[in-house]
Amino acid sequence: MRYLPLTEADRHAMLAAIGASSVDELFRDVPPAARRSGPVEGLPGFAGELEVERQLAAMAAKNIAAGSVPSFVGCGAYRHHIPATVDYMVQRGEFLTAYTPYQPEISQGTLQVLFEFQTQVSLLTGMDVANASMYDGATACAEAVMMANRLTRRKKAILSGGLHPHYRDVTTTDAHFIGFEAVALPPAPKGGEDLVALVDADTACIVVQNPDVFGQVRDYTTLAQQCQAKGALLIVVVTEAVSLGLLTPPGEMGADIVAAEGQSLGNALNFGGPYVGLFAVKEKYVRQMPGRLCGQTVDADGRRGFVLTLSTREQHIRREKATSNICTNAGLCALAFSIHLSLLGEEGFTRLARINHAKAVQLADRLSGVKGVSVVNDSFFNEFTVTLPRAAAEVVEELAKRRILAGVPASRLFAGQLEDHLILAATETTTESDMDALTKALSEVL
Amino acid sequence: MTMNSQGRPSTPAGADSAVPETVTGNRGLQIEEALIFEQDSPGMSGVDLPAVPATPLRLGAVKPRGRVGLPGLSEPQVVRHYTRLSQKNYSIDTGLYPLGSCTMKHNPRLNEKMARLPGFGDVHPLQPVSTVQGALELMDALAHWLKTLTGMPAVTLAPAAGAHGEMAGMMAIRAALEHRGEAGRTRVLVPESAHGTNPATAAALGFSVDPIPAGPDGRVDLAAMEAKLGPDVAGIMLTNPNTCGLFERDIRAIADAIHGAGGYFYCDGANFNAIVGRVKPADLGIDAMHINLHKTFSTPHGGGGPGSGPVVFSEALAPFVPVPYVVHDANGFRLVEGAQVENGGQGTEVGRMKAFHGQMGMFVRALSYILSHGADGLWQAAGDAVLNANYVMARLQDTLSASFEGPCMHECLFDDRFLKGTGVTTLDIAKALIDEGFHPMTMYFPLVVHGALLIEPTETESKAGLDQFILALKSLAERAKEGDVAYFQGAPRLTPRRRLDETAAARKPVLRWTPASEPALAAE
Amino acid sequence: MTVKYTKDHEWVRVEGDVATVGISDYAQSQLGDVVFVELPEVGRELTQGKEAAVVESVKAASEVFAPASGTVTEVNADLEGEPAKVNTGAEGDGWFFRMTLANPAELDGLMDEAAYKDFVEGLH
Repeated sequence: MRYLPLTEADRHAMLAAIGASSVDELFRDVPPAARRSGPVEGLPGFAGELEVERQLAAMAAKNIAAGSVPSFVGCGAYRHHIPATVDYMVQRGEFLTAYTPYQPEISQGTLQVLFEFQTQVSLLTGMDVANASMYDGATACAEAVMMANRLTRRKKAILSGGLHPHYRDVTTTDAHFIGFEAVALPPAPKGGEDLVALVDADTACIVVQNPDVFGQVRDYTTLAQQCQAKGALLIVVVTEAVSLGLLTPPGEMGADIVAAEGQSLGNALNFGGPYVGLFAVKEKYVRQMPGRLCGQTVDADGRRGFVLTLSTREQHIRREKATSNICTNAGLCALAFSIHLSLLGEEGFTRLARINHAKAVQLADRLSGVKGVSVVNDSFFNEFTVTLPRAAAEVVEELAKRRILAGVPASRLFAGQLEDHLILAATETTTESDMDALTKALSEVL
Repeated sequence: MTMNSQGRPSTPAGADSAVPETVTGNRGLQIEEALIFEQDSPGMSGVDLPAVPATPLRLGAVKPRGRVGLPGLSEPQVVRHYTRLSQKNYSIDTGLYPLGSCTMKHNPRLNEKMARLPGFGDVHPLQPVSTVQGALELMDALAHWLKTLTGMPAVTLAPAAGAHGEMAGMMAIRAALEHRGEAGRTRVLVPESAHGTNPATAAALGFSVDPIPAGPDGRVDLAAMEAKLGPDVAGIMLTNPNTCGLFERDIRAIADAIHGAGGYFYCDGANFNAIVGRVKPADLGIDAMHINLHKTFSTPHGGGGPGSGPVVFSEALAPFVPVPYVVHDANGFRLVEGAQVENGGQGTEVGRMKAFHGQMGMFVRALSYILSHGADGLWQAAGDAVLNANYVMARLQDTLSASFEGPCMHECLFDDRFLKGTGVTTLDIAKALIDEGFHPMTMYFPLVVHGALLIEPTETESKAGLDQFILALKSLAERAKEGDVAYFQGAPRLTPRRRLDETAAARKPVLRWTPASEPALAAE
Repeated sequence: MTVKYTKDHEWVRVEGDVATVGISDYAQSQLGDVVFVELPEVGRELTQGKEAAVVESVKAASEVFAPASGTVTEVNADLEGEPAKVNTGAEGDGWFFRMTLANPAELDGLMDEAAYKDFVEGLH
């Protein structure tokens, strides 16, 4: 077995040093009834690289890779071009195969990356401070709600109908099990929600998404002020991080907490994970923030260095009094995010955002010209919703047969509702011919 | 002939061996690296993008933002930045990484290659299921392996990490109790040796945490545990093998006792790597157990994630899995994404825990590792992991102080009695070990012994590698006993940074770079 | 003026109607460098023996229990910017908060300085 360096001679010598006659003897504390006498039966034996590659490649070949066809699928995960440098750098063994940086003297690489990542997330969101990342955007959203509960000592969250249903569901799952109230509004593709009216003395926060799950962008400045005037916090969710290169950031709108998905930068679609949750707050709330934090300090020789800090908030110190049970971040995905953003820089990032927006505007204009298609949004970033004269799920299925991934039927996210709504995204990867193929196929099937 | 007429020496002169101060602050391959924000060439970018198409903005009331504040760098500058930073990290690729309970084993590159196949890496989670049959097949195949290896009937792949898996498992217990009409069971027993996530998870779900003391043999005190049972007990959270590196001999009796009292048995499977393929958890009376794919199945730790924490369930808890999950019928594979849809709102599933379908990239890597090993390779891997730990324990027990009698499982625990009266601490030993070229062991955990040193070599280490590590630890222990306190307190000396001031970091937290913070640093 | 100590290493000094509370010099020496103190808000009702504040060092967070029942009237705002004062002046300018006493008789159960000194010596 290529991964196991011990030789039979080594094993014998080591058993002799231990004073045991066999490796099985070392398992003697295991109740005999639960001990297996040999390798599990009915499962295959070891396999060389070539054989494993064949088996897995056969499975991979049964999927349609988004990049191999015209694809307009978004809704919380976006296909962007990832520079070659990103994937090369994250595979350096010193990043890939290191553990959590608990020994700062030999982890300055990971720690400085986290410090830079925290700074990048703060800048993008327009917030004061950010943590070293969370599992994904949806869990970041639920953690933000629980943080608001702690800060306000209130126990109710109001979730906008524009919030991605997965984010809503993760939050309501936590609400049920952890013990708070989450009032989720029905989907509102055209907006018009009066969220502030729902804030009462028990309301800890309002959660909105920008752009929302239907792609609509909104200015939440007034909402932030009104919400805060009633003693509640405003949480802004962002599922498309590239939008932060063009839109007024949540921090400038007055958000108290930002929970976002960072997949769009540096991270491939990966069929849904691993992704990277971004979490940023106002400075005054930092000690109630969940998750890992990296801070700047000096070493014994007075040189600048970095350490994990404020760890007394975390589970390994506070145990049952921790701010969260989370014990990990999304280190490697955060690294990919950070490298991609470093490559883009100010000029590249803002230009990338503008290209995304322009592509979506072009796509929306094209689709408006298809008979039976009507664009719902009056403003959006790189994603928008249309209504079709037929069930969107059927149309998507028919277009998939023609090797076009036409978007997400809203009914997949909102079961049994909005059956004629289709949500489509365009990015810098979307070409003229992709748009041609979609409009042509749509006009044929509608 | 051509002559070496430049006077270039070809053998080292070998006079002064002291480490010099350099003008740059660099020390050979250890190159100082400024923050990325301190390397800004305004307007520069490492990505060449086309011109922005000339379309009017359609942003409604939202204004385009002003400057973000990101620095501009070219591609080679970015490559150097991250290469230099990487060189300040210790990693499993560098050497022995004996962090007990963390399982730093080799991360095969085949796993990385497989996860990057476009058919896995470039697939959107919301594509029509007809276009992702292979992805669902892979999830189903991994689920099959996990169920077969543990003997458990059900598994969820949804949790994003081990602690998230604990959450899924404990939510299932809560849901099952609610379903039975026994929501009044709110007390969870947690051994003192437990990882901090256990009490944090139980408390987050509204359970009260009742600690169980460890017996003198480092295992749960069965009588003390039984004395705590009662009609309000929801269950027990027990790590096995436990964090002292020992197998809980009484585990069947513990399981029977908790079941007899009407509670459930949550097993923290963080240490499953010790027993994978050799022990059948189903036969231990377990109701739920998470498996850290990054520990047992070699997915990379990546400097702190991403993880993945599937949970296996017994028949009793199987109906209470989170969504989504994969089902297989005549039409192929399908995803059950919402309880309401599938069961008309009557579902017992606990709901959704994360966006989309789980850490797919980690599933591919784990399955690549599993298929490479096969059943016989996993048997051997667990055996070698336990053999390596016992070897370290045997060779060091005369020098360090072993906390409990062996055999141990995949890790061995020492405490700081051997340092008594020396003025040297566990932390000092760890820091001195860094100068010897090793990552330290886990320190001060578990909490059940004083000044713990928890060593987990894993099956990745060769005997020669272990012998060198043992030699280093023995020599440090002897040096400590000789009273060379100053040597230890100054360690490490050979690292990119020496001991860092954690107090200063926590008293006045500086959590991001700001333009204002630069001049002060430049003045250093 | 009397200073009393609890078994959990809080001290309370009564001057007139007001009691000042902090942690003992022994406690700060055991905690090591204090990096943060979470104080109760003014007006909060405290119950003897229940959590009133949290003191954090780099690697530990410890609850500080109310030595007596009553209402918080003032907190030591200096500790926010200078938590090190707990180390340098635990029983002086590193005080945590002031409170009224709902039941002054509760203090009778606490130790005086000499008794606390003996208590601490007994811990070693």
